[in-house]
Amino acid sequence: MHDLGFDIAHFLAGGMVVTSFLLLYQARLSALINVFALHSLVLTLAVGWQAFIQHAPHLYVTAGIALVFKALMIPTALHRIVRRLGIHRTLEVVGGVGRDMLAGAALVALAILVMLPVTATADPLAREDLAFALAVVLLGLLLMVTRQNAVSLVIGFMSLENGLVLAAAGARGMPLAVEISVAFSVLIALIVIGIFLFRIRERFDSVDMQAMDAFREERRR
Amino acid sequence: MNALGMLAMTALLGVPAGAALLLVLVPGYRLGARLNVGATLLSLLAALSLFGARPEANAYLRVDDFNLYLIVLNNLVSFTTSLFSASYIAHELESGRLTPQYLRFYHAMYQALIFAMNLALLANNIGLLWVAIELATLITVLMVGLYRTRAALEAAWKYFILGSLGIALALFGTILVYLAAQPVIGQGLPAMAWDQLLAHAAAFDPALLNLAFVFLLLGYGTKAGLVPLHAWLPDAHAEGPTPISAVLSGLLLNVALYAVLRFKMLMSANPAALAPGPLMIILGLLSLLFAALMLYRRGDIKRLFAYSSIEHMGIITFAFGMGGPLANFAGLLHMAMHSLTKSAIFFTVGHIAQARGTQRISTIRGLTTTHPALGWGLVAGVLAIAGLPPFGVFTSEFLVVSSTFARQPLLALLLVLGLLLAFGTLLWRLHGMAFGESQGANTPVRSSSLPLLLHLGLVLVAGIWLPEPLVRWFQHVAALLG
Repeated sequence: MHDLGFDIAHFLAGGMVVTSFLLLYQARLSALINVFALHSLVLTLAVGWQAFIQHAPHLYVTAGIALVFKALMIPTALHRIVRRLGIHRTLEVVGGVGRDMLAGAALVALAILVMLPVTATADPLAREDLAFALAVVLLGLLLMVTRQNAVSLVIGFMSLENGLVLAAAGARGMPLAVEISVAFSVLIALIVIGIFLFRIRERFDSVDMQAMDAFREERRR
Repeated sequence: MNALGMLAMTALLGVPAGAALLLVLVPGYRLGARLNVGATLLSLLAALSLFGARPEANAYLRVDDFNLYLIVLNNLVSFTTSLFSASYIAHELESGRLTPQYLRFYHAMYQALIFAMNLALLANNIGLLWVAIELATLITVLMVGLYRTRAALEAAWKYFILGSLGIALALFGTILVYLAAQPVIGQGLPAMAWDQLLAHAAAFDPALLNLAFVFLLLGYGTKAGLVPLHAWLPDAHAEGPTPISAVLSGLLLNVALYAVLRFKMLMSANPAALAPGPLMIILGLLSLLFAALMLYRRGDIKRLFAYSSIEHMGIITFAFGMGGPLANFAGLLHMAMHSLTKSAIFFTVGHIAQARGTQRISTIRGLTTTHPALGWGLVAGVLAIAGLPPFGVFTSEFLVVSSTFARQPLLALLLVLGLLLAFGTLLWRLHGMAFGESQGANTPVRSSSLPLLLHLGLVLVAGIWLPEPLVRWFQHVAALLG
């Protein structure tokens, strides 16, 4: 059962969790974007490997989308935006690195504790993949909670979404995996890059979400 | 017969999709608004024709008793809202809040939203359902930010972040359902089809199904505006164009709840799985009580009614959580009644905000003297939504309360407390707005009262007399829901 195919799938999925941890403590925006590109690259490899061992050609399409969109186009576009907004040198205050790491480790433990007993009867490959995927999703959530900057929030969301694509790829024979990853890529690419960052900047002179919070109804009266 | 049904089903998706593409190209806003009305009318006719000829389910789409009722409701409200929207946007254009270019975009998006909601309701596949609801989220995010003001952008951003989180959780749940189904049904499309899932649900791994349901309830519950995942809803309703608030409250919340109910049916079909009822009861009661308390301090008229939507979603979720034929019947009825009444209220609120140039409740006074049609329309709408007889909302709320009293008196007390709180606050707010001395700006608005009258008329009729076939239909669906 524990053949090489399984081990490599395990290694790549684990690689995504490790990269998610790397994302947690990047203070500089350009570094954060680069690590996200790495995250997507590992996703491409993981999905590509799943396609190979499951003999599922449609997953190659998913891997291709991950490579072109998430590892190349979106990071390039984000780099350009960050430079045009003039915030590429900004250091974001990241709470305590130690605190975030501990919280992250706890979340990974939680993912494993939740997923493994529940999926005892499932195919071991899908099972481990799912546990890792849930860990990546939770780490993405953690990143979104700890950050203030709009760009970082978006990266948190995209890393979370990478986790979901990993889960969809691990579920053997799941149809619509391609459609789902396309739907997600369109969602973020369209909204994030086209619409939000510039408009928010234009109206708020900042992409720091704390500036936005000041416009709550309570304070507007 | 069947060919006609297929045609109608195709039209339900094809007409809005085609109209969306066409409306991008149409330059004039008058023509655009007319086309918008025409396309929604066509979809409504297609939906109604499904009563006569029902198509066979295929791997992707299906029509059954449960979704047929929601499809008709969906297309009815989107038709009346397009009528309202035609008179609403003319004023927005005159006052310069929107430019013709934005209107082109707006009309195309309106049709795309109807396409997405019809697709979600028709879907026979949990993956397709998810894609459709994601599409609807994406479109409404764009619509909420249409005015490009700071507040609109903040609302759209918040909605985007929370909405996509919800959608992400729902996808994880969907994958888990597939994993539960795959060993029983086999790989591929059948393991994601509703009819197959429901037929084999008893054999699924209960632990996996439990976990899946938690993710799905939280995920789609975010889109239905259930507390504690409701934070996007008031902002999105208050800052977007009012026709969109009407569609959001009246339709999109129902579509999200429909998804939850479908998965609840799966859970009930598996005897070893967790009972979904208590979870839904807790979320429903929380939403009801929280929204009832929050109503009191609202300063913005659209926000007030947005919180009232959270309250009613809470009641509906609670009713379905209680389960059983009577409570399910009440839940189904309440879905329709809330959708009709709340969109009617937003129709009047949209024109009121235009007439007074503000959405602040404290500056809106004496509507019944300055704008009798709008003022009395608002009075009727609020009385209906607050649950006063003889309107249909009273009937469904009464059914929820009485069926709960019979089974769980303690829960019924909490329910009644929430209902009374909301009732009192809404009437108190209404009194200030509708009566008294009018002050401030007063521009006359051309408003069409047809959509309002139609909706309130239907609600009134439902409150006095429910036709026998409809009752039997609801009873049948209520039995399906378990």
